[in-house]
Amino acid sequence: MNWEVIIKWLPRLAQGATLTLELVTIAVIAGLILAIPLGIARSSRHWYVRALPFGYIFFFRGTPLLVQLFLVYYGLAQFDAVRNSAFWPYLRDPFWCTVLTMTLHTAAYIAEILRGALQAIPRGEIEAARALGMSRAKALFYIMLPRAARIGLPAYSNEVILMLKASALASTVTLLELTGMARTIIARTYLPVEIFFAAGLFYLVISFLLVQAFKQLERWLRVDACQGR
Amino acid sequence: MNIDLYGFGPALVAGTLMTVKLALSALCLGLVLGLLGALAKTSPYKPLQWLGGFYSTLVRGVPELLWVLLIYFGTVSLMNRLGEALNIPGLELNAFAAGVIALGLCFGAYATEVFRGAILAIPKGHREAGLALGLSKGRIFSRLILPQMWRIALPGLGNLFMILMKDTALVSVIGLEEIMRHSQIAVTVSKQPFTFYMVAAVIYLGLTVLAMTGMYFMEKRAARGFARPNQ
Repeated sequence: MNWEVIIKWLPRLAQGATLTLELVTIAVIAGLILAIPLGIARSSRHWYVRALPFGYIFFFRGTPLLVQLFLVYYGLAQFDAVRNSAFWPYLRDPFWCTVLTMTLHTAAYIAEILRGALQAIPRGEIEAARALGMSRAKALFYIMLPRAARIGLPAYSNEVILMLKASALASTVTLLELTGMARTIIARTYLPVEIFFAAGLFYLVISFLLVQAFKQLERWLRVDACQGR
Repeated sequence: MNIDLYGFGPALVAGTLMTVKLALSALCLGLVLGLLGALAKTSPYKPLQWLGGFYSTLVRGVPELLWVLLIYFGTVSLMNRLGEALNIPGLELNAFAAGVIALGLCFGAYATEVFRGAILAIPKGHREAGLALGLSKGRIFSRLILPQMWRIALPGLGNLFMILMKDTALVSVIGLEEIMRHSQIAVTVSKQPFTFYMVAAVIYLGLTVLAMTGMYFMEKRAARGFARPNQ
């Protein structure tokens, strides 16, 4: 193990780690926002409302993220309509392509988590809200969604960690995030073991910190107090 | 959209076969690693517990792609030295072997947790009954614990296999000629990226559906003799 090389390249790896964090943060927040309507529609009683989110979730959970990333980054350029549109400056940029793909991908998983959480709410609580004269929408926003957020939070924290690891794929579309940076450094130093080891440590530290942060959030939202149903 | 595969149909079929081979090989390695990990984690010996915990935490905390790259590029000098020692010049890990090891390692780390949960879900009395009958430790595990674990662990393992199958796409990064790699080659020739990546997506969807169907029947078979409480 050549420790000097690791220490020498740590600042560049840290630079890559910030890009990784940027990608993951945008994706999991935008994905959550997108997943809320999807998850609600997915748990609808009417089949025609369920069908569209079902198809969306089926596609994004059934295919690898790498395929989705290549479809967006390389695939969209096949259509002249896309190339001539106002979005082209963004869809040409690997950063925005990765953010878009990761968001769409994680939204499918979060929507599924949200559906499970919505279905896990005890029926009596929803009936109580309705009996108090709350409208359907009001019961959804004041009772069901806050309740589902607490039920689904542990699964959501898992999804965030999975997205952290999935962000390594951004290196395949030339982005210099943690893995991409490591590969660039290795191309210069020819020391794959040392540099990948250091990059792996970065991922471990980030996921450890994320786990701790979610533990705090769970305490703050009193998730355990809500478990006694 | 023009569904003309430019004569790349057979190549994609070969890629699909390679993907399936890779997934099944990694599954075998992963199941063994997962079982060993779970045994280590539930063993009464502290060092073994630490080893199992270290394995599952370390592997799960690092991206799968990084494992693929690390095992493929990181073992070159190691294999060279091994080759010199064994007098085999040019000894190296090919992309398939590296892929199997990397994906098996990742599958094993998650499977460790699934198997551990299954071991813990088996009532203590069963093990004690085995002890009372004078069975050896190995026999208790293979005849009492393992057959019961299977039913509990199966849904979790099914999910992991689905993830594994999608992760096989990562091995295209080190040049293994599976679905993604063949699609990339087809794209460079045909200049139709969307078409070919969409075909790849459809193949993966088909494989996922196939795996889901298989899991449904295996779970049904494993659960025979057990009443479902919610039906």
